[in-house]
Amino acid sequence: MLHYSLRRLALLLPLLLVVSFAIFTVIRLAPGDAAFAYLRLSNIPPTPEALTEARRVLGLDQPLLVQYWSWLSQAIQGDFGTSFATRRPVLQDILHFMPATLQLAGVALIFTLVVSVPLGIWSARYKDRWPDQAVRGLAFLGVSTPNFWLGFLLILTFGVWLKWLPPFGTGTFAHMIMPVAAISFMSLSINARLLRSSLLENTHARHVAWARMRGLSDRQVERRHILRNAIMPIVTATGMHLGELIGGTLVVESIFAWPGVGRYAVSAIGNKDFPVIQCFTLMMVVVFVLCNLIVDILSAALNPQLRLGEGGEA
Amino acid sequence: MTDKTLSSPIRDHGHHGSTWRRLPLVLALTVVVVLLSAALFAPWIAPQDPNLVSLADRLKGPSAAHWLGTDHLGRDILSRLIYGTRMSLGSVILCIALILAIAIPLGGAAGFIGGRLDQGLMRLCDGMMTFPTVVLALFLIGALGTGLVNVIIAIAISHFPFYARMVRSVVMNLRSKDYVLAARVCGAGRTRLFIDHFLPSIAAQMVVLASLDVGHMMLHVSGLSFLGLGVETPTAEWGVMISDARQFVFSQPMLIVLPGLCLLFSVMAANILGDALRDRLDPNNQTGHHH
Repeated sequence: MLHYSLRRLALLLPLLLVVSFAIFTVIRLAPGDAAFAYLRLSNIPPTPEALTEARRVLGLDQPLLVQYWSWLSQAIQGDFGTSFATRRPVLQDILHFMPATLQLAGVALIFTLVVSVPLGIWSARYKDRWPDQAVRGLAFLGVSTPNFWLGFLLILTFGVWLKWLPPFGTGTFAHMIMPVAAISFMSLSINARLLRSSLLENTHARHVAWARMRGLSDRQVERRHILRNAIMPIVTATGMHLGELIGGTLVVESIFAWPGVGRYAVSAIGNKDFPVIQCFTLMMVVVFVLCNLIVDILSAALNPQLRLGEGGEA
Repeated sequence: MTDKTLSSPIRDHGHHGSTWRRLPLVLALTVVVVLLSAALFAPWIAPQDPNLVSLADRLKGPSAAHWLGTDHLGRDILSRLIYGTRMSLGSVILCIALILAIAIPLGGAAGFIGGRLDQGLMRLCDGMMTFPTVVLALFLIGALGTGLVNVIIAIAISHFPFYARMVRSVVMNLRSKDYVLAARVCGAGRTRLFIDHFLPSIAAQMVVLASLDVGHMMLHVSGLSFLGLGVETPTAEWGVMISDARQFVFSQPMLIVLPGLCLLFSVMAANILGDALRDRLDPNNQTGHHH
């Protein structure tokens, strides 16, 4: 297990190198010179001399590989350049905003799992009866609702009308409830659907029929033979939802005045603040890839087949 | 779904009969027809110019002149909602067209030719899938610049790997089939083979995949416009309308509720149609989502 985890972790390094090179190249090839953006954000008129000077300062006059190499050697030391707009080190800014985003996304992930698993089980247990219909209706609503709009509806209902929750801001647990609900509605709906269908698939599996033949009670069959097998798809799906959750967090943050990295990144994108865009994307990919690694390790731990296969290979 | 119902009546025990089950589909089709006609005939249906500013009429409630009231610049909300359908539907259609234009040639070539090209393309897809789609789209917009066209390009690029992979796997599956071999023996060239024998299967898979994605893409486009990265602000688009109305969330909640409802209903209709199409067309999904 440890061996497997370490090997997967080691494989991430070349992947991140390739991704960072791709990000770097796309940014450099992007229409609209970085030197222009640099001058615009520094309020310097883009005369030919100023452009040449900016290109020299930014190292844009050098070959792509040379540029990448100097970026990489600085990035390894934690220097991702300075923002064109704020003139502050990019990494410092992003690390300042990132924890709030990760906190929100993390709580949204936990909420997704805590709510979707019982819903999925309930729905499968009462297949085609009213609890199932209700859960399916809710899930259908969930995959169709714009998360940013849901944020406003929640503010209007619970913040303004009922006055149960603070409409925006940060600080207490109560501040998190509405953003988390807005972010996770979509992923918990997808999860509940998925769990339902994988539970129902397992109901017809041969090992379940065998368990019933041996005279196990319905509850025992459900817990020991159906649920345990249905957990795998949920773990896999959670890996896929992470991207959705992170993306949702970036959008929903701004509605609730949550001090996360979303607003910072959006303004950088609008400004063509390339160092920020580059570092932000890379950080997001790192977070996503690490989460997926955890998911993979978890599923290896849960799936004896995979575990044995890995052990045999190693 | 109908023929399945006929062949296995037992499965339908306890249901309210087929009319009730088909009701969502009928509603969804109605919504789609309404949206399409609103988009096509917006200039004739809309009671007013969606961009006509009239500060004297700002933030008015519903009246005979403005059925749904006016926004903070006195623009007619109903007209803006009607014109908004053009943005949402148009951008999603363009997105899908672009995705297919990239995915079918690339995935087809990978499946047909195989070897280095195939490996290269699959590595590219793997690489792109390490990004969360929203982050990839945000990054591409950062590189390309803001605006609706770039949003469409960004969404298309961030979604195409899934489609290219599907095309590739369909082609690979079919390549070894007897009837394809027979066509080859008869002297059919690659182009002929592709159009006659591969394209129909690919098309079915693409329709399923795309129709399940349409709603999601709509949400993407308006989400990005809401953030101020997509459609520019004077243009009538649902995400932009919600974003414009933010400062009046407490005094004029309807300005936010209405465009959101339009978006919600469109996405719902798209999802219902997507599920129905999948049930009909996807050979791998015989059971649909009711087991």
